[in-house]
Order: sequence, then structure tokens, then C-alpha cells
Amino acid sequence: MAEDHRSADEAPRVPWYNDPIWRGYVFQGLTLIVVAGIAWTIVHNTAVNLEKRHIAQGFGFLSTTAGFDLAQESISFPKDASYGRALLVGLVNTVIVAVAGIVFATIVGFLVGVGRLSHNFVISRLCTGYVELLRNIPLLLQIFFWYFAVLGVLPSPRDSIQPVPGWVFLNNRGLYLPEFRFGGFAGDGIFYGLIFGLVVSWFVRRWASKRQMETGQPFPAGWTSVALIVGLPLVLFAASGFDLTLVAPKKSVFNLSGGIQIIPELMALVLAISLYTASFIAEVVRAGILAVSHGQTEAARSLGLSHGQTLRLVVIPQAMRVIIPPLTNQYLNLTKNSSLAVAIAYPDLVSVGGIVLNQSGQAIEVIAIWMAIYLGTSVATAMIMNAYNRRMAIVER
Amino acid sequence: MTDATQHSGAYVRETLAEAREAPGRFFGPIAWMRQHLFGSVIDTLLTFLGVAIIAWLAWQVIDFAFLRAVWTGENGEVCRKEGAGACWPYVEAYWKQFVYGRYPIEERWRPTLVFALFAATLVPLAIPSVPYKRLNVFLFLVAFPVVSFFLLTGGVFGLVEVETTVWGGLLVTLIVALTGIVCSLPFGILLALGRRSKLPIIRILCIVFIEFWRGVPLITVLFMASNMLPLFMPAGMEVDKLLRALIGVALFTGAYLAETIRGGLQAIPKGQYEGAMALGLGYWQMMGLIVMPQALKMVIPGIVNSFISLFKDTTLVLIVSLFDLLGMIQASLADPIWISPVTGKTGYFVAAVTFWVFCFGMSRYSQWMERRLATGHKR
Repeated sequence: MAEDHRSADEAPRVPWYNDPIWRGYVFQGLTLIVVAGIAWTIVHNTAVNLEKRHIAQGFGFLSTTAGFDLAQESISFPKDASYGRALLVGLVNTVIVAVAGIVFATIVGFLVGVGRLSHNFVISRLCTGYVELLRNIPLLLQIFFWYFAVLGVLPSPRDSIQPVPGWVFLNNRGLYLPEFRFGGFAGDGIFYGLIFGLVVSWFVRRWASKRQMETGQPFPAGWTSVALIVGLPLVLFAASGFDLTLVAPKKSVFNLSGGIQIIPELMALVLAISLYTASFIAEVVRAGILAVSHGQTEAARSLGLSHGQTLRLVVIPQAMRVIIPPLTNQYLNLTKNSSLAVAIAYPDLVSVGGIVLNQSGQAIEVIAIWMAIYLGTSVATAMIMNAYNRRMAIVER
Repeated sequence: MTDATQHSGAYVRETLAEAREAPGRFFGPIAWMRQHLFGSVIDTLLTFLGVAIIAWLAWQVIDFAFLRAVWTGENGEVCRKEGAGACWPYVEAYWKQFVYGRYPIEERWRPTLVFALFAATLVPLAIPSVPYKRLNVFLFLVAFPVVSFFLLTGGVFGLVEVETTVWGGLLVTLIVALTGIVCSLPFGILLALGRRSKLPIIRILCIVFIEFWRGVPLITVLFMASNMLPLFMPAGMEVDKLLRALIGVALFTGAYLAETIRGGLQAIPKGQYEGAMALGLGYWQMMGLIVMPQALKMVIPGIVNSFISLFKDTTLVLIVSLFDLLGMIQASLADPIWISPVTGKTGYFVAAVTFWVFCFGMSRYSQWMERRLATGHKR
């Protein structure tokens, strides 16, 4: 009976081995020991194995001469360039695929996602069919399909298909486009005009939305931005006297020279990857739009907003809050999936890394470089997304 | 009274008016077409465009697979003629390889038996009304993998030993996908619990582990498994090539499953945890008896979805030269006997149909399951 008289705030006495705090320490300590043990075993085994195979450790091999050619050299890759340079070319190629893929996938994905909600029966069924078909077929198979079955059977350069006769050529070595060569200050003018237009229209938008919040006066910020972004470069281009020469690809007996060549590997990869990801983006967009309750649309319409204003001011901002986090996820998936390039030998980061790995035998270092780059991208995106979510989160009462 | 009614209300109807037909503008097939097909000029154009696209695609497939298809033949010669469609004799000659890979012909009954066992344990598991779920789960997750392992590898009970290098086709696709899910499920549960643990070191270790595997492409994981795993092992220890890929896949899937399961854990109301603690249950009892059964039931659709993406991702093993279904097809395309302009298309068509049927079926199942389960915790 005596021990029942302790005061309420006195913690109950338990032996230390039943105390949750002590147990926590013990478990964590044990886990740490086990993890460290595994890590040490791996490092030790690796060191022993590497020594046995006479493979030097470290990143010194990056400056060794590579001695191979790459199918697409987006930055200069001379004959005596190093492994490091090769990996850099691979990284640039990966970025090209990722950016092109993201742009196309976003356009197609939004169209299909909105199309699925269309009240037009044929269109909504067509879009549903698109999503169900493409997302249930492995991406690698789609890449093979485009590369071997569609682009592989195109005619030889000799009898190229010419969508725009004399300017655009399509054959089994790729797509040849005319090159734009700006003379005088035309190129610089367009570039700086574009940047200036973008900056100014950003400020105009901010000012317009601030004025609308305060006074209710709308301002056609959209049209102003279009005028600024398109107009400024155009004006500067005109001022240079339209100084532009188009260099068409020239046909010789066996090949085409000049112009810009887009190799079939890149075309197949971008087509497959963006059409595949678009089917996922479509679902994200559809879910986002459906998440905006119908009451919001009705309320906006009864306040007197037009159909366009309802979409622009009420539905889209709320849908975007739902859409953007999974959308970023899809972009990340697309970037990671671009590593499937290795299957059709498009020289992306993983593909080039694979060649370097086989030639130099530096498996650990090459894989570490891959992991660091992909992980870095993922972690950076995750951090930006978290910041965005904090800003966009609904402020509850 | 009758008089008054008659006089003052001559215009008052004494019987109910017959209900009129609804106006044709709002009901009936014509109204439906007006609303859903020809609402405006743009709508009409879109409808025709959509019908044209669908008709063109359907025609392409029918034309290729049936009308222009080559049905009989001894070798690729018949498929090499101008304008030939699908080359079905090639599929007929090769389909057993697509299913079994290069598994010895006289031993093919073993993979067949494995497929049968798989169906026999999975089908009752997938139908909610079939009883003995506990026994069924045990059979599917423990008994079936063990039996399959001994059946396929052999070397015991008088079975001939079959090296994994000759395994291939659909067999490898299923093995990789199933082992990936079955091995990574317990692993994913532990990781998910660790990530929600109150102990900082365990939590951080789990977060780092999960985010690492989720942040890198599966291809680099497979490269890592095939190139680095042998370096990690003590000298003189050989790891089977298929096993290396399986380890990579299991680690990768484990991280994804952990996140799926964490979603389920987060959806369990706090009252369940508090109730369990008030009953005096310890951590493992609380998780094992109260929280996990509810959370796992909730994430069945998520697990099926992970399985679908894993099933599709299995195709990547061909990059570390293992031959799954797509790998077998790709390898068969190099056969000079059957080489023709349409062989590739035919092979990819077969692969696409096979994968699509599997994945579409599973995704429908997961949607159906989701609707069935969407009753518990909704408020």
C-alpha cells in the first residue's frame, strides 16, 4: 500500500532495461554497430578484390585519353579528349534528352489530360485509350519499337523523305534540318531581346496583379507579355535588316552534309520517353482538375467571371497546387528513364559511362559519378518542391 | 359544393394531365449526339478527327496482324516478300523460347508446373470471398517460392540441375518481378516503420537508404549489382548473374514499397495507436496486431501498382545480358533464318500485347480493390 502514495508527477519506477529511453539508446547503438560492420566488410572486401585485380582506385583515370568516338557530340570532343570529357558530353546529351522530353511530355500530357475530361465522347475515349495503352507497355519496348521498327526502316540518305523539299530530310541516319545562321547583331539582338522581354513581362505581371488586388482594375498582362516577348526580338531582328541565312543540308551521293542532324537514337528516345511519360502526366492533370470542386466554378460564374476568367483565376491556380508535386515527380522519372538510352546506344551519361567502365575497369568510380549526378538532381528537386509546397499549402483557419 | 366547383372553376382540370414526352432536344440519342459529338463547330471537327484517328489506328493493326499477315511458312523467306504483314510462322517457331528461354526441352515441365502453382496460389488469393486467406498467403509467399526454387534449379530429389544462364523469357520476367516483390515486402515494412520511428539514428538511416534508391535509375542499380556486387563479396565467392540482378531489384523495390507502406501507416488514425498503447501493448505488438494489418490492407492497390511498374521494369535486365521476354524476342530477331523487314515489328507486337494484357489486367484489379477498400477510414 505504501508505494501507492507517490505524487502524480513522479514517473513510475521501471528497471532500466524496460525504460523506453534506455531501450532506444541500446537499439540505436546496436543498429549502428551492425550497419558499420556491414560497411566495413564491404570496404575491406572491395579493397582486397581490387588489389587482386590490380585496379588502381581514385578518379585519376578521368584525365586518361578516351580514344573512342561518340555518335552525338554536343560539345566538342576531339580525338585526344579524356574520359572526363566523354562523361561531360554524356551529361550534356542526357540534359538534351531530358529537356526535350519534358517539353513534349508536358504538352502532350496536358492535352490528353484535358481531353479525357472533354464532354466530347470520341475525344475523351481516344484520350483514355491513349493513357491505358501507353502506360501499360514497358518503356524499353516502346523505345525499341520507335528505333528498330519505325525509324530503322526509313529509306537510305539517297532517297530521303522530304517533308519540305530541299530543306528537311528524313532518312535512316536521322532528321536533317536547315541551320539558322544569324549575321551582324541579329543573333545577339534576338537573344537579349528575349531575355529583356521575359524580365520586363515578369515585372508587368506582378504590377498588374497587385493593382487588380487593390483596385479591381484588370490589366491585359497576358497580351502585354506576349507582345514584349515576341515583339522585342522581332523589332531587333528587323533592325538588323532580317540578317538571316538558312543553310540547307546538301545531298551528296551517299550522305547529307551541312544543316543540323538529329540522330535517330535521339529521335526514338525522345519520342518514346515523352509519349510514355505523357500518359502519366495526363493522369496527374486529370486528377488535379477533378480536385477543384464544382462549387468553385459555380461560385466564380455567379460572381460574374467569364468562362476564361473562371479557368484562369479560379480553376487553374487551384488545380496547379495539386498537379505540380506529382508533375515534378514525373519529370524526375523521365530524367531517370532517359538512362534507357544505353539500350539503343545513344551516348547519354549512363551509356558513355558504360563504355568508360568497360575500357578502364573503374566500376566503382563510374557508378559513383552516375549516382552522384542522379541523386543530386533528385535531392535538389525534392528540396525545391518542399519549399514550393510550404509556400502553396492552403492556409487553414 | 358540386355546383360551386362547376361554376367557379370551369377551367380547373379534374384529372391529371398525361405526362408528355420529354423534348427531343434534351433526351434521346439525337440529343446525346448533339451534346457529346456535335456541340459546336470545333466539337464537330474534333469528333471527325478523333474518329479518323481511331479508324486509321484500328485499320493499321487489323491490316498488319490479320489481312496482310503471313500465316504459314518454313522460314523467313515467306515474310520477305513486298507488303507482307505480321510474320506469324516466326512466332510459332519461337513462342516456346519466349516463354521458357533456353530451358532444356525435356525439362520444360518444371517451369510449366511453376506457372501452374503460381496460378493456383494467386487466383484464390486475389478473390476476396475465398476462405483460408492466412493459409493462402503462407502458401503464396513462403511455400511457393521455396518449391519453385528447388523445381527450377534442380540438383535435388533426382532433378537435373539447370543453370540460371539458360533461363529466359516470360519465366525470367515473372521470377524477377515476383522475387522483387516478395523479398522486398518485409524489407519495405521494416524501412517504413524505421522512417516513422522516434529514434533519430534509425530514422535517419532509413531515410538515407530509401532516398538513395529512389533517387537513382534502375539501370545504374543493375549495373551496380552486376559490376560492384562481386567486388563486395569475400574473395573467391561467386554470385550468380541472375541472383545479382535479383538483389539489385529487391533493394530498389524495397525503397519504393517502403514509401507505399508509409502512406498506409500515415492514413491510420492516431486513435488506433493510442488505443493499442492504452491496452498495454508494446511497440511490436501494437504494430503487428493493430496497425500493420490495417495499413497493409489499405495499401494493397499501391503494392499491386508497384508490382506493375516492377513487371514493366523487368525488361531492363536485358541490359545486364539476362534474357527476359523482351530480351528473348530481341535475341531471336538476330536469327538469320527469320530475318525480314517485318520480323521485328511482329516480335514487338507480341511483346506489347503480352505486357499490355498483364499490366492492364493488374491495374484494373488494383482499381477494383481500391473501390472495395475505400470504405474503412473515409469520413
